[in-house]
Amino acid sequence: MKVLVPVKRVIDYNVKVRVKADGSGVDLANVKMSMNPFDEIAVEEAIRLKEAGKADEIVAVSIGVKQSQETLRTALAMGADRAILVIAADDVHTDIEPLAVAKILAKIVEEEQPGLVLCGKQAIDNDMNATGQMVSALLGWSQATFASKLDIEGDAATVTREVDGGLQTIKVKMPAIVTVDLRLNEPRYASLPNIMKAKKKPMDEKTAADYGVDVSRRLEVVKTSEPAERAAGIKVGSVDELVAKLKEAGAV
Amino acid sequence: MAVLLLAEVNDGELALDATAKAVAAAKSLGDVTALCVGATAAAAAEAAAKIDGVSKVLCAEDAGLGHRLAEATAALIVSLAGDYEHIVAPATTDAKNILPRVAALLDVMVLTDVSGVVDGATFERPIYAGNAIQTVKSSDATKVISFRTSTFDAAGEQAAAPVETISATENPGLSEWVEDKVAASDRPELTSAGVVVSGGRGVGSEENFAMIEALADKLGAAVGASRAAVDSGFAPNDWQVGQTGKVVAPELYIAIGISGAIQHLAGMKDSKVIVAINKDEEAPIFQVADFGLVADLFDAVPELTEKL
Repeated sequence: MKVLVPVKRVIDYNVKVRVKADGSGVDLANVKMSMNPFDEIAVEEAIRLKEAGKADEIVAVSIGVKQSQETLRTALAMGADRAILVIAADDVHTDIEPLAVAKILAKIVEEEQPGLVLCGKQAIDNDMNATGQMVSALLGWSQATFASKLDIEGDAATVTREVDGGLQTIKVKMPAIVTVDLRLNEPRYASLPNIMKAKKKPMDEKTAADYGVDVSRRLEVVKTSEPAERAAGIKVGSVDELVAKLKEAGAV
Repeated sequence: MAVLLLAEVNDGELALDATAKAVAAAKSLGDVTALCVGATAAAAAEAAAKIDGVSKVLCAEDAGLGHRLAEATAALIVSLAGDYEHIVAPATTDAKNILPRVAALLDVMVLTDVSGVVDGATFERPIYAGNAIQTVKSSDATKVISFRTSTFDAAGEQAAAPVETISATENPGLSEWVEDKVAASDRPELTSAGVVVSGGRGVGSEENFAMIEALADKLGAAVGASRAAVDSGFAPNDWQVGQTGKVVAPELYIAIGISGAIQHLAGMKDSKVIVAINKDEEAPIFQVADFGLVADLFDAVPELTEKL
């Protein structure tokens, strides 16, 4: 079985986000970028499936600016076999919407015929939580979102999902789209020899136009602003003082 | 101008708070028709009919819609979509699962976790874990929206609106439910509780979480946890507060042994009063806390439980 893993280049999760003064977006120039943490979990799960003999090839895909090739190299260094880079934007500030990404991914799925698509459940930049579900819709495939456990047997996958009430287990027909949540696994770090080897792994370069997909936005960004700041609080010296302050504020 | 609102129905029961908050958010967009879906949904439909602002309820009961799996539920919503300009829901895990599928089938974008309505096409939503608020204007004919419930007040009650029974569409049969593991609890629900007491990595173990729970029970509060505490196995996943967990905005939020990572702050910084108890005085949680207590939580929490 072939596994397709879409990965996104996003601001590193440790970087403090700054809104641009003109309100046009978040400043991403000269900012550390990394693979979306949820996508790392998806790559790791694909590698584990391969190690368990349930997958034979892992194809990583990234859609965005040319620099996304760094993100793909990370996926290759972790253990993906080859990569497809789809250039869909010139400016690092251009975020390709999930619908357009899903359309390109659906075309790639038609070409590559994977048995499973493993995605992160959301990207930590736009926090949309939509791409996997949209790919599934466009392909008419089954979907299992927010996975914390994945078990593939024959033509079905049993997936435990993190939901509001706790955990839900469902069984989906393969081929399927699975979006992964935090507790599925702990992604490995790429070793130095694997980073060197990854440089020689194949990476195809395509454009959105190659797939005939229009990536123009459906949601026009009117403005981007800072959230309201909280007024500075105070430190209290003891539990007694805390209880007094809470009573004073009418909070208890 | 009409709105189709997917009411939150769990095992035949209406989640009133989440649904009423979404109705309040949607009211200004047009006439709200609430859709109640499930293997059983009639009781939920009756309850939804009494939410102020609901003009009609559609009730679809079918075994194939049990547990509201995405494929069958999305197919039903798409079959109804032609009559509506907005398709909305509270941003629960079910809605996050279903709505993007609906949007893609309609060839429109989805707007998730919307925190503000500017007009019928323009909405505000948090991005980058709430570190920025983006205002976006949709050019799509149908707007598919999930509302972040913590930013809206629940709609009140009204005389019951009419309920109409509709049939399910053909089940694509792509997925089946196996089991739910839901912890039964007498505590208030995390996303609607007036007080939330949360523990982090500093709590140290699953056993020590009993201390957090004791304080919560004293206050009639819900119990939350940071991602670090859930990852470490101290607390179940459904307690997680943060960017990828639940977003809460109670009257009082007490963060215990939580350092205050960006992704945790994203889930609680709109709380009215925030208390932080942490032995590390440099912990970022103190920057958002109204009242900070630098102390060993193992001394401070039992003392606080006793004195409140």
